[in-house]
Amino acid sequence: MKKLKLFTSGIALCAATMAYANDDLIAQMEDPSQWAIQTGDYKNQRYSQLEQINAENVGDLQVAWTFSTGVLRGHEGSPLVIGDTMYVHTPFPNIVYALDLANEGKIIWKYEPKQDPDVIPVMCCDTVNRGVAYANGKIFLHQADTKVVALNAETGAVEWEAQNGDPAIGETNTATVLPIKDKVIVGISGGEFGVRGSVTAYNMETGEQEWRAYSMGPDSDILADPENTTHLGTPVGADSGTNTWEGDQWMIGGGTTWGWYSADMDENLFYYGTGNPSTWNPAQRPGDNRWSMTVMARDIDTGMAKWFYQMTPHDEWDYDGINEMILTEQEIDGEERKLLTHFDRNGLAYTMDRVSGELLVAEKYDPVVNWTTGVDMDPNSDTYGRPAVVAQYSTKQNGEDVNTTGICPAALGTKDQQPAAYSPKTEVFYVPTNHVCMDYEPFRVSYTAGQPYVGATLSMYPAPESHGGMGNFIAWDNINGEIKWSIPEKFSVWSGALATAGDIVFYGTLEGHLKAVHAETGEELYRFKTPSGIIGNVMTYESAGKQYIGILSGVGGWAGIGLAAGLTNPNDGLGAVGGYAALSDYTALGGQLTVFALPD
Amino acid sequence: MKTIHRIMALCLAAGLPMAALAEDPIDPKSYEVSYDEDGRYFTEDDVPTFKIADDGTVDWLTFSGFRRYHAECHVCHGPDGEGSTYAPAIKNSSVDLGYDEFVNVVVNGRNNGNSVMPGFGENRNVMCYLDDIYVYLKARGTDNLARGRPAKKEAKSDVIREDEDACMG
Repeated sequence: MKKLKLFTSGIALCAATMAYANDDLIAQMEDPSQWAIQTGDYKNQRYSQLEQINAENVGDLQVAWTFSTGVLRGHEGSPLVIGDTMYVHTPFPNIVYALDLANEGKIIWKYEPKQDPDVIPVMCCDTVNRGVAYANGKIFLHQADTKVVALNAETGAVEWEAQNGDPAIGETNTATVLPIKDKVIVGISGGEFGVRGSVTAYNMETGEQEWRAYSMGPDSDILADPENTTHLGTPVGADSGTNTWEGDQWMIGGGTTWGWYSADMDENLFYYGTGNPSTWNPAQRPGDNRWSMTVMARDIDTGMAKWFYQMTPHDEWDYDGINEMILTEQEIDGEERKLLTHFDRNGLAYTMDRVSGELLVAEKYDPVVNWTTGVDMDPNSDTYGRPAVVAQYSTKQNGEDVNTTGICPAALGTKDQQPAAYSPKTEVFYVPTNHVCMDYEPFRVSYTAGQPYVGATLSMYPAPESHGGMGNFIAWDNINGEIKWSIPEKFSVWSGALATAGDIVFYGTLEGHLKAVHAETGEELYRFKTPSGIIGNVMTYESAGKQYIGILSGVGGWAGIGLAAGLTNPNDGLGAVGGYAALSDYTALGGQLTVFALPD
Repeated sequence: MKTIHRIMALCLAAGLPMAALAEDPIDPKSYEVSYDEDGRYFTEDDVPTFKIADDGTVDWLTFSGFRRYHAECHVCHGPDGEGSTYAPAIKNSSVDLGYDEFVNVVVNGRNNGNSVMPGFGENRNVMCYLDDIYVYLKARGTDNLARGRPAKKEAKSDVIREDEDACMG
């Protein structure tokens, strides 16, 4: 009897702990004075209720304090604020600092992992890291070498470690993690190295692996149910992760998972996108290459797929589908629905029903997008949900060793990972975009484990016959599929946006400006030039009754590859070579956090 | 002369901008074509080199090097060998290192702390096109080839095609 009692109280304790893990983070996310998760909340809205800084007074904003990270590489992501502590991360070597906001930012602890520098060259496109996550008294760091580490939030002590992948075969990490319920869900990078993408859930308390869902492979690997997992309302059937591949090519099929994840606790689903199929040479991988380039809705507890939607079957342009899924509740056609909005690299913005996976809207969010005439929206059509490919811009139809010119957007997409924001107040999405086109020539490559597996040569240049710049910051109506306003930018906008209840939207530019614009009109209200180009995401928090805005500077990432030396348009002839602005004329490497506030 | 070269190589290794140093004029003998063999061109020291005709037509290897470079190397070293925010302008390395050391670094890699060049020795997409990439970058580094895609090229010779097929397997 006594034994039984002990046993039941043990269960009660277990349940309480498990509930606590999630309740703690949810409470922190609901408190606008905190910035508890990289994405603002589970919906990825990047919206703050704080309004001390608003459209009336943002012009008076001043730098309150700064912090050098000590690392000179591309700084993506943002700090977190939990209580009076700010957590700041860096690119490789992935240092984490805990700063005491109640004591002038004094360093409470610093964690620097030991990583083999051999991981650096297998990271495509700089050694960025998109930040740490928090839950249940722990800070979660997913290192470049794919080690997931849980640190004690108060002391920085390691509580557990899990090795998610193998850098020797090109598996690396750049993304943050999703702490949810009793799990930490993580992705993987390496699509340019023939890595087979996956998402993996680790137990939040122990670091034990609970499930893994690959992007392609047998049903038991991709955690799909032939009957109950659907694609646009139709069951996917058996072997959907292998039957659109030739032979065993799915084993090096790509579809990596390095974006921002969102979740709907009521539906018990989380959402993410998969990346490009490997290689970039479409002739070497005939078929639709499922489930690369796919929006995925999976059960949080089991990883089982509820629905898929493949946006770009048989990719021919490297239009990774990893960008974030932003969750909203809005009225569409007179009905209140649970929506998912996604700005894809392929230049189309999708609005979907996130419960059923029904496609509601698919429209271009940059008018220069030319590789497709649009998506077939007729449910009775054989090509329902497929984009109609324009033959002139099809690198597959033009074939190997042919240079296909003038494709818009370029491989970096109309938008890359830089996350958009959504304001429930205006029901508008604020989207940082690229305005870049390309020439693309695919050719034969051979696969070697741990070596680049690319197979195409690319030239990128600003969108022709436009404003000459390489970016726009746009306001998007996801119900009608329309741009409301658009701000031209000299360079790609590679910074995550922040919308606030103060009727303002913040974003950073590659030259290094932090900008604030009016949420209704896009009118610029404030700008400040930080020490280096911005590829980080704007965040906000409140401390001792004062609202602050924080942003990481530190140019790099994919933006730092082409833009550092300037892009050229080979079609303009030799006279124009070097005529486009080089980023190196505006900014240099850095690694700094700048925090703004209104004057006292 | 040799000392200057060494200093330049050191600066490159450290990722420092080359503009800080006085330009060392490049000896045309280091790239001028002395003879050709089955569509490949060589200097008098038997080092592979590029050939660019007056009308801009480039030899096959230079064109091929342009393509392979922009698949394998440009994600770090930037478009046209111009460098990025985190890797040096490799068009200069092809000139400053010389053929043997260039090959050595590409095959074996090197490690300068947080700046790491991987070894490509097992990568057929690089190894089968090592001379192509070298002569392309040398044409860029000696200012004989402008940025961007070469407009005109010589045809691929049968020998080059056979060698490529044998190498790629």
